[in-house]
Amino acid sequence: MENKRTCLYDKHAALGALISPFGGFDMPIQYSNIVDEHNAVRQACGVFDVSHMGEVLVTGPDSEKFVNHIFTNDVTAAPDGKIYYGMMCHPTGGVVDDLLVYKMAHRRYFLVINASNIDKDVAWITEHAKDFDVTVEHQSDIYGEVAVQGPKSEDIIERVLGIPCKELVFYTCKELDYNGETIIISRTGYTGEDGFELYGSHAFTNEVWDKLLASGEVKPCGLGCRDTLRFEVGLPLYGDELTDEITPLEAGLGIFVKLEKDFIGKEALAAQKAEGLKRKIVGIELKDKAIPRHGYEVEADGKVVGVVTTGYNSISTGKSVCMAMVDIDYAKLDTEVAVRIRKKVFPGVVTKKRFYDKNYKK
Amino acid sequence: MSTILEGLRYAESHEYVKIEGEYGYVGITDYAQHELGNVVYVDMPDVDDEVTAGEDFGAVESVKAASDLISPVSGVVVEVNEALNDSPELVNSDPYANWIIKVKLADPTEADALMDAEAYKAMIGE
Repeated sequence: MENKRTCLYDKHAALGALISPFGGFDMPIQYSNIVDEHNAVRQACGVFDVSHMGEVLVTGPDSEKFVNHIFTNDVTAAPDGKIYYGMMCHPTGGVVDDLLVYKMAHRRYFLVINASNIDKDVAWITEHAKDFDVTVEHQSDIYGEVAVQGPKSEDIIERVLGIPCKELVFYTCKELDYNGETIIISRTGYTGEDGFELYGSHAFTNEVWDKLLASGEVKPCGLGCRDTLRFEVGLPLYGDELTDEITPLEAGLGIFVKLEKDFIGKEALAAQKAEGLKRKIVGIELKDKAIPRHGYEVEADGKVVGVVTTGYNSISTGKSVCMAMVDIDYAKLDTEVAVRIRKKVFPGVVTKKRFYDKNYKK
Repeated sequence: MSTILEGLRYAESHEYVKIEGEYGYVGITDYAQHELGNVVYVDMPDVDDEVTAGEDFGAVESVKAASDLISPVSGVVVEVNEALNDSPELVNSDPYANWIIKVKLADPTEADALMDAEAYKAMIGE
């Protein structure tokens, strides 16, 4: 099947980006190189085309009840403009997808889902909506999205785009009029830095992209550094740290799972919590610079005790580190483990998943 | 446009060998380093290890992926480029000055079967 293209595809091609398939789209992986793009976001400002992300609007009298039914986090009595991170789970507790829920207004919720899961999610949401008085609108084809990330983002968005955003606090959003169109801006991101995400028409998305690049103050950044940035601050990627078989508790995301309310998967997760985890995702730091990558085996005591979910030589710290799913007996901090990389076994130690401190503006 | 040096021999897997008498210096081409992006680690064999033409002897790791190193020649490793342990990015800045292993060749004529600069240039479409 032919991959989809975002509304900014021609701009990526014109910039000479390296383009590869991701989540059913042909997406820019890098424009210059991953290291420079990564550092631009840590130190100044970068812009990402994230139009591949999916959007679903849920409205209607039962919308709050319905969102709470399919979502691990609790949106009860959410103030307008508040954003929640959480997961949709299978009855088994495995994750259908992780997503953001934007409480836009009374009885209006905007769900932002992963590109790779759009078809699965829309089917899941639609199927479960049958018993509720809600309307589900799949809007992925309507919206473009750019993420403007880095410590200078706030100033640049206000000055270059003329969009006021100073007053937005972390994980809130607002709608505003831009050239006669209603757009959404939120103080969110996937890099561990301060930043914003802007949702609007394809024309709006192109205009924002052009203005930011023309300013000379914003570096175009590809999905390559989006992954290294999110990884360093311990954020999960669906497909690596979260799958249909991995629960949010195993992924260390328990704070986004509200077991005091009802939702699909709650019983399994409550049972898993009561019984205690059998495995969990940890950080591992290697002593050598060899790089542990997704799928490599983790070994200890002469046997395989886990598998790497994501690994890099961290651009910000220079250390070879990974997140890995390991047996609970080997999940304690400072446990000595090793990662098999090609023909050799490289020793390391269990650490926190956060290899670099987040720099959010809250 | 990638840099391709005359006088070297090239493999389809983008390694080069520079023959000097009974020794060969093996590294990756400028085209390969560019395709890989920022090199952050070079996994090299030990001195005295045997390498065989067509078989892997290590890997070059960029930020995003690991790429096996396939030896274009057979022989014994007599030296590895230790500078790459601390500065793997040298492979990006000058891949021809920064060879990866020096091999005592089992058969100095073996490299004749590899591509010359012109053939390699044609293969990568430049």
